[in-house]
Amino acid sequence: MSEVTLVEAVNLALARAMEDDPDVVVLGEDVGINGGVFRATVGLQARFGPERVLDTPLAELLISGLCVGMAAQGLKPVGEIQFMGFLYPCIDQLVNHASRIRNRTQGRLTCPMVLRTPHGAGIRAPEHHSESTEAMLAHIPGLRVVIPSSPERAYGLLLAAIRDPDPVVFLEPTRIYRAAKGEVDDNGEALPLDVAFVLREGRDVTLISWGAMLKETMAGADALVADGIAAEVIDLATLKPYDEATVLGSVAKTGRCVIVHEATRTGGFGAEIAALIAERALTSLLAPVARVTGYDTVIPMARLEQHMMPSVGRIVTAARKACQYS
Amino acid sequence: MASKKMADGGLPVIARFEVRHRNYIAPDGSIKRPLPAFASDAGLLTALYRAMMLLRNFDRKAVALQRTGRLGTYAVSLGQEAVSVGVASAMREEDVLLPSYRDNGALIWRGVKLEEILLFWGGDERGNCFSGPLEDFPFCVPVGSQAPQAAGVAYAFKLRKQPRVAVCMFGDGATSKGDVYEAMNFAGVHKLPVVFVATNNQWAISVPLRLQTGCETLAQKAIAAGFIGEEVDGSDVVAIRAAAEAAIAAARDGQGPRFIEAVTYRLGDHTTSDDALRYRSADEVQARWKEEPITRLRSYLVGQKMWSKAQEEQLAAECHERVEAAVERYLATEPRRPESMFDHLYADLPEVYAAQRRELAGDGDV
Repeated sequence: MSEVTLVEAVNLALARAMEDDPDVVVLGEDVGINGGVFRATVGLQARFGPERVLDTPLAELLISGLCVGMAAQGLKPVGEIQFMGFLYPCIDQLVNHASRIRNRTQGRLTCPMVLRTPHGAGIRAPEHHSESTEAMLAHIPGLRVVIPSSPERAYGLLLAAIRDPDPVVFLEPTRIYRAAKGEVDDNGEALPLDVAFVLREGRDVTLISWGAMLKETMAGADALVADGIAAEVIDLATLKPYDEATVLGSVAKTGRCVIVHEATRTGGFGAEIAALIAERALTSLLAPVARVTGYDTVIPMARLEQHMMPSVGRIVTAARKACQYS
Repeated sequence: MASKKMADGGLPVIARFEVRHRNYIAPDGSIKRPLPAFASDAGLLTALYRAMMLLRNFDRKAVALQRTGRLGTYAVSLGQEAVSVGVASAMREEDVLLPSYRDNGALIWRGVKLEEILLFWGGDERGNCFSGPLEDFPFCVPVGSQAPQAAGVAYAFKLRKQPRVAVCMFGDGATSKGDVYEAMNFAGVHKLPVVFVATNNQWAISVPLRLQTGCETLAQKAIAAGFIGEEVDGSDVVAIRAAAEAAIAAARDGQGPRFIEAVTYRLGDHTTSDDALRYRSADEVQARWKEEPITRLRSYLVGQKMWSKAQEEQLAAECHERVEAAVERYLATEPRRPESMFDHLYADLPEVYAAQRRELAGDGDV
C-alpha cells in the first residue's frame, strides 16, 4: 500500500480497469501522450496503445456520443471532459440517449459508459473551469452521479463506475486532486455505489456533503469539538441514486442536519435532501434543516471565488445555530 | 503573361474538389445510363418495389389510425420511400442501422414487425425492443444526435476488427447540426466503417433547403471531413441501392466512411401534427409527384416486362392483408402495467426507486 493523491488514484483505477478488461477504452481531449490536462490518464497510452487510449478531436458532444455508441456495442468507454464547464455540450447525449437507451429499448441496448470530469471551484482557474452543477445531472433518470472525496474512494468508486452496467457521470473534485493524499491498495477492489460513507460518527448534528467540500466540513466538525458538539459527517458520494437510508438514520439519531455544498443554493442537491428529511424525518428534527451553500450567482473568477464557497466558519456557525435552536 | 490559374492575385490553387451525381432511372422510367449489375436481378428489383409499396400502404393506414385516435403522432415517408428501402437493402444483417424517426422503410426491410413500429408510434417502448437485428438502434428523435453514436459503433467494429459497417440515417436539417459534423470529422480521422446518409427531402418542417445551408450540395460537407460525398437521385431506388452498396463495401473494406446525399422530396406533411400547406404551395407538391419513386420504378419494371397488372393487383391485396393483420395485433396488444416504467430504468433498480415502483403499483408500504 502506498500514499497517493486523488488524481493518482484515478489513474491507478483506470489502469487497473484497462488491465482487467480489454473492453475498457479511455477517450478524450489530450488523454493520450499528454496524459490529460490533470495527468489522470498519464502513462495509459504507452501501456495500452492509441486505440484504447484515444485522443479525440476537440468536440465534447462527440466524446459523449462516441461513448453511447461504443457502450451499445458492449465496450466500456471512459470519456474525459477536461473541465465541467465543457460538459454542457454532452447534456443532449446524457439526457436523451445514455440515460435512457436501456429504458427506450426495454433492455435490448444498454449503455455501460463512464463520463469523467473535474468538478468544482477553488482552483483559481479561468472562466467556465469551476462548475459545480451536479444537481443538474442528478435530476436525470437512469443516470448515476458519483463524486469521490478521497484517493481511496476515487479508486474504489471509479472501478465500480466502470464495472457498472449503466451510465455513470464521475465528478472528480479538482480542488483536492493533489491536496488529498491517502493510502490506496491497488488491489482491484471496488467500493459500492449508491452508498453514503459515514466519515465520522457523532450524536449532536449531522453534516452532509460531497466532493472537495468535505475538507471544510470535516474541519468544521473538528472545530465544533471545542463547543462540546459531536458532529456526524456523511460523505454522500453517490448523488444519483443517493443513500436515503443513511441520511434518515443519521438525522433520526442527531435531530439536526446541516447540508454543505459549494453549488448554488436554489435547486441545489441540498434542497433535495432537505425535502427528504422534511417528508420522512420531521418528527426527529430538533432544529430546522440548514444549508450552507454557494450563493445564487455565477461562480466568480479567481479574486472572489473563495467568498462564494462555504467556509469552515460558515459551516461551524450553521451547526452551532442548529444545536442551539430550541 | 500570367496564366488563368494565377489570375487571383497570383495565388496558386492548392485544392479542388468535385461532387458526383448518381442517377439511372428517369422519372418516366427510362434509362439514363447503364444500370448497375444487380438491376438485372428481377427478383431484387421487384423486392424493392414491394417494400416501397408496403411502406406506402403502411403509412396510409398509420395516418388513418392517428386521425381516429388510435396512434400518436406519426412521420410519413410519402415520396421518399426509395431512400430507406434502398439503403437497407444494401446492408448485411450484422451491420448496424442508426435510423432517424422517418426511416420506417429501413426497419421493415431489416425485419422489424409492422406492429412493433405501430407500438412505438402508439406510445409504447416495447416497439423499440424489436425483432429486427438486435444491435440496431431505435428511431432517433433528437435530430442528428445519432451521428456521434454511429461513429462510436463504427469505432467498436474497428477496434474489434469486425467486418461490419454502421449506417447512420438523418435528414437535411441534421446536416446543420454540429453533431453530424463532429461525427463525420472523427470518422474521417480514423477511417471508420460508417456510412452517413442524408435524406434531403427539401424541407425541415417549414424551413426550405435554401435557408438550411449556403452549400450547393449537402454531399460536399463530407469533403471538409476528409472523405467522399456523393449526391444521389433519392427517388431512384436503383441509384440509392447502388450508392449504398458501393459506400458500404468501401467502408467494410477499410477505405473509411462515405456520405450519401439522397435528394428527394417529402410529398406529405412533416408529421401528422403538421400542415405543410402553411409553408409550401400545392403546385410545388403537385409538380414533385411526377418524380416520385414508386411510379418511376413501376414504369421501368413494366417497360422491361418484369412486372404485370396481375402482380400489381396481387401485391395490393398482400399489402392490405399484411397491414391489417399488423394493426389487429397492435390493437390487441395488452397494455403494460404502470409500474413497468421502472423495469428497464437501471440494470438493477436501486432501492429508492424500487420504493417508488411499489408506490405506483399501490403496494402501500411507502
